[in-house]
Amino acid sequence: MKLSTYNFLTSMAIKGVKVGYPLKLRITKKDLVESEFNPTFIERLLPKLDWSAVHAAAQQAELADDIPAEQPENIAENELLMQKLHHLLFEIDVLEGEMECPETGRVFPITDGIPNMLLNEDEV
Amino acid sequence: MARRPEHSAPPEIFYNDDEAKKYSSNSRIIEIQVEMAERALELLALPEDDETRLILDIGCGSGLSGSVLEDSDHMWIGVDISKSMLDIAVEREVAGDVILGDMGEGMPFKPGTFDGAISISALQWLCNADKSYHNPHKRLLKFFSTLFSSLTRTARAVFQFYPENSDQIEMVTAQAMKAGFYGGLVVDYPNSAKAKKYYLVLMTGGASELPKALGKLSSFMVLYTDRKSMLDFVGTPEEERRINYIKKRDACREARGKAPKKSRDWILAKKERRRRQGLDTRPDTKYTARKRSGRF
Repeated sequence: MKLSTYNFLTSMAIKGVKVGYPLKLRITKKDLVESEFNPTFIERLLPKLDWSAVHAAAQQAELADDIPAEQPENIAENELLMQKLHHLLFEIDVLEGEMECPETGRVFPITDGIPNMLLNEDEV
Repeated sequence: MARRPEHSAPPEIFYNDDEAKKYSSNSRIIEIQVEMAERALELLALPEDDETRLILDIGCGSGLSGSVLEDSDHMWIGVDISKSMLDIAVEREVAGDVILGDMGEGMPFKPGTFDGAISISALQWLCNADKSYHNPHKRLLKFFSTLFSSLTRTARAVFQFYPENSDQIEMVTAQAMKAGFYGGLVVDYPNSAKAKKYYLVLMTGGASELPKALGKLSSFMVLYTDRKSMLDFVGTPEEERRINYIKKRDACREARGKAPKKSRDWILAKKERRRRQGLDTRPDTKYTARKRSGRF
């Protein structure tokens, strides 16, 4: 799972959960993959991203130095930051880990790079 | 007729390692899946500016439809309930991310994430109750409403699916409409038993794109089209032509001084004719030719 996908995931599907965002991410095993840098796509993606989740992902991926805690203005003009964002969002592949719902504490495991978002009968 | 896979087992059981392997080795399955994915992408009608969009692939399986999206330089995220299929997708090193999830439990994404969604041969699985606590209507509504929120406000979602009967089509479209979608059903090759394909095209917004509702028709309409004229499904639908034809026939009768068929005047004239022939005819009352109430 890429960290861009992590930014979009919520636990809203669980019964009773209002926001379910951002999930608490824990990475136990990650991999680096290469991906083509596409600045226009990242620029289009920016309004959809939640910066607090981007920052949380950066901390988990041990890249906290690259990503400021507050969303800077005019990111699109900052080529270096765009490249760092690209690296964080598209080139880090989480192989093993888990995500925790902030409201219920329900844990969604990530195995072989596939997050398991399946719910149990009583959670639907 | 061949047994429908959704009658044999739930999807997470049916698509086991053996079945999943077919989707990476059987060239015929691959060819059909890719063809349908290409068609779905065409119906998605993304703006032609060569920009990369983020697309959701529901029931992505081994990522065959995802590779079609990749060929068009789009980013995608896939959801599927079968771990075996997703393992094949990871093995094939598809560019998109895959998530293990159940459509009927809702899409686990935050609002406004995707620029579009496609789904190939997955929706019919949702029409079945595989577990005792499953209710197809509720699961469909949960799926469509969470999908609606996870799409942007100008997005489309295209589902290729195999409806079992017209009741299923109605159930699916009714729940989609309840969730806020506009749209319609596009049927490719309606006269061919094998090539006939159903595509449910749903839109989140943009009233200008809506096909015009006519008469008693709802905003959902079934459009039968062949591949050639299938460029724009907002074009002249079959219903419109048929309704015009009935209108024309009634206009002709009126011009000849005859009452339109099934009207009160037409029935009275018919009864009068029977009386003249000496046949047993009920008297004319205020109830003659009165419409039945909908309760009947």
